Amino acid sequence: MNDLSQGLAEAIYRVATLDPELVNITLRSLQVTVTAVVIASAIALPLGAWLAVTRFWARRYVIAVLNALMGLPPVVVGLIVYVMLSRSGPFGVLGLLFTPTAMIIAQVIIVTPLIASIAHQALRDLWSEYHDLLISLNTTKRQRIATLLWDGRRALLTACLAGFGRAIGEVGAIMIVGGNIDNATRVLTTAIALETGKGNFSLALGLGFVLITLAIILNLAIHSLSRTERSNLW
Amino acid sequence: MKRRGVQLIGPINLDLEADGLTIVLGPNGSGKTSLLRLMHGLERPATGTVNWAMPDSNARMHQAYVFQTPTMMRRSVTDCIAYALTVMGAKRADARRGAQDYAKRVGLGHVLDRPAGVLSGGEKQKLALARALIRQPQILFLDEPCANLDGRATREIETILSEVRAQGTRIVMATHDLGQARRLADDVLFMLSGVVHEQSAAGQFFATPQTATAKAFLGGQIVE
Repeated sequence: MNDLSQGLAEAIYRVATLDPELVNITLRSLQVTVTAVVIASAIALPLGAWLAVTRFWARRYVIAVLNALMGLPPVVVGLIVYVMLSRSGPFGVLGLLFTPTAMIIAQVIIVTPLIASIAHQALRDLWSEYHDLLISLNTTKRQRIATLLWDGRRALLTACLAGFGRAIGEVGAIMIVGGNIDNATRVLTTAIALETGKGNFSLALGLGFVLITLAIILNLAIHSLSRTERSNLW
Repeated sequence: MKRRGVQLIGPINLDLEADGLTIVLGPNGSGKTSLLRLMHGLERPATGTVNWAMPDSNARMHQAYVFQTPTMMRRSVTDCIAYALTVMGAKRADARRGAQDYAKRVGLGHVLDRPAGVLSGGEKQKLALARALIRQPQILFLDEPCANLDGRATREIETILSEVRAQGTRIVMATHDLGQARRLADDVLFMLSGVVHEQSAAGQFFATPQTATAKAFLGGQIVE
């Protein structure tokens, strides 16, 4: 209990004084996570819509694999990305290991199946509602996908937020590929892990409270901007 | 037409005149909707073909379909109607302008910016009709467009259909409302158990039906 109250006090103090280290870590967390979610969404949303409107023999298997990949172990992803980006790996020449870019790559791999799977579930229902109308209007597949993405945007926002939630709370993969280097790749989750390891529980809890508050504020801001809960909306 | 090996309708051998309003009559489950969907290309015939006096690949471009339960897109009334034009390549501003004209024409001028999903049943049907008409189809299919509507909404829709027919649009409409069939039909297709049981001019069908089943149906008896 003492650690919790101390952690809360620590969090309030650091936020109130705009502690430079906290601001730095928080901004890096946001930069890495938002970039990863934007890239993952750009891949996953059209993929989910394409799977909803396309029939092919392996479709069920692709969806099953996509659903299974939602539970992709981050540590394994981190390890694979590490091997690929290490000096002896195929992309070692790019020199990306232990950079925010490597962390973004790992998060994109982790989050894309999650967003695609949730998007597919939502758009599959919308497609069954729109199917006859869009066929009757002689739409192309590209138009169908665009229509589902636009009309299903509120459900897709939830998919993106789920992806954001998973990415910002992720620690295993980005610890491996980022290395938790001070002023370079340290983010909120890796900082919490570090401070916990050092036995500095109040600071770790303080960072944890900042992380939770950040996630809640961002979710509320996006819901407010997109007016998802406004009455009389479709 | 078959689904999972079960024959739903047919065999059907049918010719339609180039203009007029054909009413597809029949009890529930007689195959009215299936016939319309088959004609419009929403279903494929198990054997045989559906041919129109226009290139097959373009046939659906010149047709429009109003469903019994209209699909309301998650958009405003104007955008819902405009969508039918934008997918044909029209610019959004032009499509919206045209959509507003058609919305006003069907009596939706007061709800242009309202979400389509919150409209009443009659308004939804009018929206579906406007969305179909804005494409200026040569052939308009309607699947029981006035089911569940009150007398006033039915009359408004029938007025619009009469205007559209007068402008030369070929209309094929399914209904089980005998009164509506009498008011609108130029000719009648009477469906029963998936086949066209009788096809004749409206006057002849209602005055002297050729089959006993049609006679019983017109007499208000339950036919299956």
